[in-house]
Amino acid sequence: MDWQALTLSLELAAVTIAVLLPGGLWLGRWLAQTQLQGKVWIEALVILPLVLPPTVLGYYLLVALGGSSPLGHFLQDTFGLALTFNFAGLVCASVIFNLPFMVQPIQRAFEAIPRTLGEAAAVSGLGPWRTLWWVELPLAWPGVLSAVVLSFVHTLGEFGVVLMVGGNIPGETRTIAIAIYDRVQAFDLAAADRMALLLMVLSMVAVAGSFFLSARIALQRR
Amino acid sequence: MAGSAPLGSRMPAVTRRRIVKRLAALALLACVSGVHAERPVTVAAASDLKFALEEVAARFTDETGETVRLVFGSSGTFYSQILQGAPFDLYLSADEQFVFDLAAAGKTVNRGRLYAYGRIGIFVPTGAPVVADSELAGLADALADGRLRKFAIANPAHAPYGMRAREALQHAGLWARIEPVLVLGENISQATQFAVSGSTEGGIIALSLASSPAVKARGTFALIAESWHRRLAQRMVVLAGAHPGTARFYAYLASAEARLILQRYGFEVPDEETSQDHPDPR
Repeated sequence: MDWQALTLSLELAAVTIAVLLPGGLWLGRWLAQTQLQGKVWIEALVILPLVLPPTVLGYYLLVALGGSSPLGHFLQDTFGLALTFNFAGLVCASVIFNLPFMVQPIQRAFEAIPRTLGEAAAVSGLGPWRTLWWVELPLAWPGVLSAVVLSFVHTLGEFGVVLMVGGNIPGETRTIAIAIYDRVQAFDLAAADRMALLLMVLSMVAVAGSFFLSARIALQRR
Repeated sequence: MAGSAPLGSRMPAVTRRRIVKRLAALALLACVSGVHAERPVTVAAASDLKFALEEVAARFTDETGETVRLVFGSSGTFYSQILQGAPFDLYLSADEQFVFDLAAAGKTVNRGRLYAYGRIGIFVPTGAPVVADSELAGLADALADGRLRKFAIANPAHAPYGMRAREALQHAGLWARIEPVLVLGENISQATQFAVSGSTEGGIIALSLASSPAVKARGTFALIAESWHRRLAQRMVVLAGAHPGTARFYAYLASAEARLILQRYGFEVPDEETSQDHPDPR
């Protein structure tokens, strides 16, 4: 069992969610409420990482952020920051890759809130922040929860992008999914077996747990 | 508004604030631990070294107390990753041309040092209806009567062992016929895994991998004559901006102990003279 890889995956998932949740909340809520004409294009852009092969995203990230690109050069020269083959690069990739998993459930949850509720809050003198915190979030909570859980589980399972922008460096970019691949190549099927099973159980428990919580919240509301 | 009961809340505000604080602390902690500052010497090694180099590195750690981080893969993949700025310190290629190209691109400290010559051979897993022989006659027969359904080699587009496998198959006059049944491994280790697991009726693999107990027990292996393909001259090089500790492992790889281990895995090790560092940096 490669505990280092598991820890790395969990860290990556936690950081991804910490970075993505505020932006995802804002974007999901905005998409749910906006009347903008070109809204479908933005929605399509958000869904894109879900339907594109991971290699396409990995390729673009590598080309855009790699040492030989203008952006990569600029980041390296100005901030001494490299975004490929290290943890920071994985976070970058992971945030983009999880965009649909975070935004979609949040958007659906906010869409389900009756518009009249927001109006009532405004009439009662609540500002937009207070409306969000005291009216909308308590209602959208199950959606937000499932967004977080899906992003978490999806980060644990992500393989293609991580392999392309991360390489396979132990303790740096070798996540649990990459470690399984690595063990299979090293003829160490016993280790691959254990890690695959652990990942399956972990994902199953996380998803089932979020379903259970959502169901309980729904029950309480009745 | 101050002090009024919060609208639509089910949780006391204090509990909420505590949860938010905990989440923030967790995120911060994750960020901090995400900065992996102290990193050991990282070695990008051709995957034919999988078993041999692990043994060499374990010895090195025993003797010096220093650890090295080994990453195995296809030499060509590492070549492009290093060009893209991958943070490796030492590169052990299965094909010296990649090292020369990196040197020309200014990514290395010099043109490196020869550390081994690799060999290829045909491996047939136990129970597969193919005979493994040095002349590839059994392979030709199995191909002719359709017994050979799948055959594994490393990807000739970027893996040196794949390129040499293609050359050997071309030399035997089998390439055009065998191409439709080829399964391409990402690197020689994966190609070997395909053949060893019995997913294919055989494959062209590295002698160094065939010499490991995990592979040896699973089938038969026959060495292919070195004259059938370009030599697998394997060269290593310290990369520009490497970890200061890299030099010690680099030197250890040329030591008698390391050479002995490499030889045990079937590598031909160059004599001291030809394995000297190439002085010219370009």
